[in-house]
Amino acid sequence: MDNGSGAPVDPRVLQEMLPYFTEHVGNPSSFHSEGFKALKAINRARQQIADLINAEPAEIFFTASATEATNLAIIGGAIRYKNKGNRVVSSAVEHISTVNICKELTRTGWEYQQAPVDADGVVLLDKLDELVTDKTVIVTVMAANGEIGTIQPIKDAAAIAHKKGAFFHTDATAALGKIPLDVKAMDIDMMTLSSNDIYGPKGVGALYVKKILRLRPVIIGGGQEQGLRSGTENTPGIVGFGKAAELAKQELPTEAKRLTGLRDHLIKGITSTIPETYLNGHTTNRTPNNANVRFSYIEGEALILSLDDVGLQVNTGSACAAKTLEPSACLLATGLKPEDAHGSLVFTLGKANNKEQIDYVIQQLPAIVKRLRSMSSITPEELK
Amino acid sequence: MYSDKVMEHFKNPRNVGEIKDADGVGTVGNPVCGDMMTMYIKVKNGKIADIKFKTYGCGAAIATSSMSTELALGKTVDEAEKITRQNVADALDGLPPVKMHCSNLASDALQEAIKDYRKKKEEKKK
Repeated sequence: MDNGSGAPVDPRVLQEMLPYFTEHVGNPSSFHSEGFKALKAINRARQQIADLINAEPAEIFFTASATEATNLAIIGGAIRYKNKGNRVVSSAVEHISTVNICKELTRTGWEYQQAPVDADGVVLLDKLDELVTDKTVIVTVMAANGEIGTIQPIKDAAAIAHKKGAFFHTDATAALGKIPLDVKAMDIDMMTLSSNDIYGPKGVGALYVKKILRLRPVIIGGGQEQGLRSGTENTPGIVGFGKAAELAKQELPTEAKRLTGLRDHLIKGITSTIPETYLNGHTTNRTPNNANVRFSYIEGEALILSLDDVGLQVNTGSACAAKTLEPSACLLATGLKPEDAHGSLVFTLGKANNKEQIDYVIQQLPAIVKRLRSMSSITPEELK
Repeated sequence: MYSDKVMEHFKNPRNVGEIKDADGVGTVGNPVCGDMMTMYIKVKNGKIADIKFKTYGCGAAIATSSMSTELALGKTVDEAEKITRQNVADALDGLPPVKMHCSNLASDALQEAIKDYRKKKEEKKK
């Protein structure tokens, strides 16, 4: 139940991709029939992705990852519009990639500030409003948080940015295919899109850029993707991303409903049977696939190792399983103490999950938690 | 990322618990960092006759606690005092580098317990 970190490519997506590895191998830039075939396939994918977020195909630019798309949006936007000012503002719960990109700008004279969030992880719009000034070039707030699932008020955040003449970017990696996104209705200027989070292949991403915007490329070369992202197009990857987007659009209404049911069953099942367990993030205003639960007195990595032992793969907000030793910045931003953040589990549900599996988790967890709490040096007497 | 031995000690930790009338107790770590352990020792004829631990922490923290108790049990206090973090890590067929610093605290807890034992012994003499 760790679909957020990696899910299998949908077989229908893979099927669509295969001919572009071996049969239709033309370079989309070539002026011959095989090149045209590849170009046509890429433009079909552009349409499929545009359809998922109500954009125009010409507003979709392919990259090699969602991270690269965010680099293009923030670095490319900052360089292009540097005459306007020198400030970028984000929420305090952005993905580490967005945070590091914004921090990188501060090396060259930019100012970066983060708007705080409430206890559910929702960005405080009045605080965001205070931070956005006439000197702000880009405001970036994620559409939904991948760790705690909280959905952000991006339409309102975009309005705050626009009021001061700033551009609004949103990282939709954790939201795409999970909740409806409409760049026109939400008035979004740039949106980061990820393929492998919607059962498409890894190694491909895209940036939606509103027609009126001009960015500076961050990857310079032969001028592919209207000069915004040079490098030979990853035709099979792009075709797969397109198909995945088409399927996501078709299946979103039914899959979102199904996952919401499973999610709420899981949350209730855990928090009602195990004492001192709490939901992180908002109860209802969260992506259908995300459940983040906190267990007092035990540490997240010990939990995931124990769950793995009974065949369940989940993730943790604990530092101990991460590359750094810091507890989850996102959980800390919601006001949790480090010792509470350490004991959090992240379940990201997906197509392959069903009710039997959720029941299995609910059945397995109490004994695991009890065992770890009985060993723990900080468990209070009454819980032993 | 963990050795089989670490996983084995994590799943079946030795000597978990508390000793109510312990001769020495040592606590190290901090819940803020995600690891905190307490070690209890009982000494008879200069030897570690009983040892128990309680650990809040990751897999490595629990496994190193378990291994430290196993290494110390039956040894003289002087021998047990020489058990280092590296000894514990080696006995577990190694630890991931990042865990060497944050979670390999069990031998420190053992040292603290021994220090506590010596201090109490001194106090009794007075």
